[in-house]
Amino acid sequence: MEITARSLWTMIHGMGFGALYLMACSGALVELYRRYCSHSDAPVTTRDERFLRIYLAVMVVLAWLAVLTGAYIIYPWYRAVPPLGATSLAAFPQRLLMASPSTSAWHSIGMEWKEHVVWLAPISITMAAAVVFQYGRHLKNHPQLRNAVLGFVWISLFAAGVAGFFGAMLNKNAPVEGGPTIRILQGEQK
Amino acid sequence: MSAHTPSISGDARTADARDLPNGPGAAAVLAAGIGSFLLAVFAILADKAASIKSLMNFSKPTGPLSGVTTCAIVAWLAAWALLHARWRNRNLAFARVSAIAFVLLFLSLLLTFPPIADLF
Repeated sequence: MEITARSLWTMIHGMGFGALYLMACSGALVELYRRYCSHSDAPVTTRDERFLRIYLAVMVVLAWLAVLTGAYIIYPWYRAVPPLGATSLAAFPQRLLMASPSTSAWHSIGMEWKEHVVWLAPISITMAAAVVFQYGRHLKNHPQLRNAVLGFVWISLFAAGVAGFFGAMLNKNAPVEGGPTIRILQGEQK
Repeated sequence: MSAHTPSISGDARTADARDLPNGPGAAAVLAAGIGSFLLAVFAILADKAASIKSLMNFSKPTGPLSGVTTCAIVAWLAAWALLHARWRNRNLAFARVSAIAFVLLFLSLLLTFPPIADLF
């Protein structure tokens, strides 16, 4: 069982930071809606307040790690230009996608949208975390602010979902491969 | 007891709301809208103007995306700091601020979508 270094980084970026962030979004939405709703009778305890602060802080870290690894580690491999006379485009995913009309839109729409829209996720969740850090349980007394935070978390979920979907499809059509090979397990010989 | 008599929890809510003005929250929400919108604007500018594209090339391996996102983040944080300094002790008409922030956020979603960005 082997994996290339570039594949490993792509997995860390997408399945590690990105997918974990997507899953965490639903938890944040439920917690913000259930506990901080102004007509909810249950008081927000210090423990609830602390939990949501830590939860959102972890989401902020995940969101920034996802976009930064994507933009500065994986994207340069994706957009690499093949040298003159290259006979295979396998190591140049963007060029590989653009070489065929049946795959070019994965780049021109998929990657072009993903690479920009995904930044709305860390911006939105950083704002949400900052508001929760500042207001804590008092957020319950500011229903309009709480609704705005909820709205931004929804948009962050959407942006991360768009990036996740196109990331998976791009990697299916033109995987980012190359770099040193890492052997994970030695298979049995038959 | 009259239905209009405020409950203890009602009084507490009023006191809490008075203790914490909505200004800092409004600043954070509006700045996030501004930052998102500017990201889309910078992306369109870098795509349409060759001179801006080369200016945005902060990191050669990543290309103009590095400059577009760095500029948007700097603008977002600057807007946040500025609005926070102005609004930190104020209570604002939050619905208006929130509406502007969501319009900007919605526009940023639209403007980052390539078929719409290509109309410019």
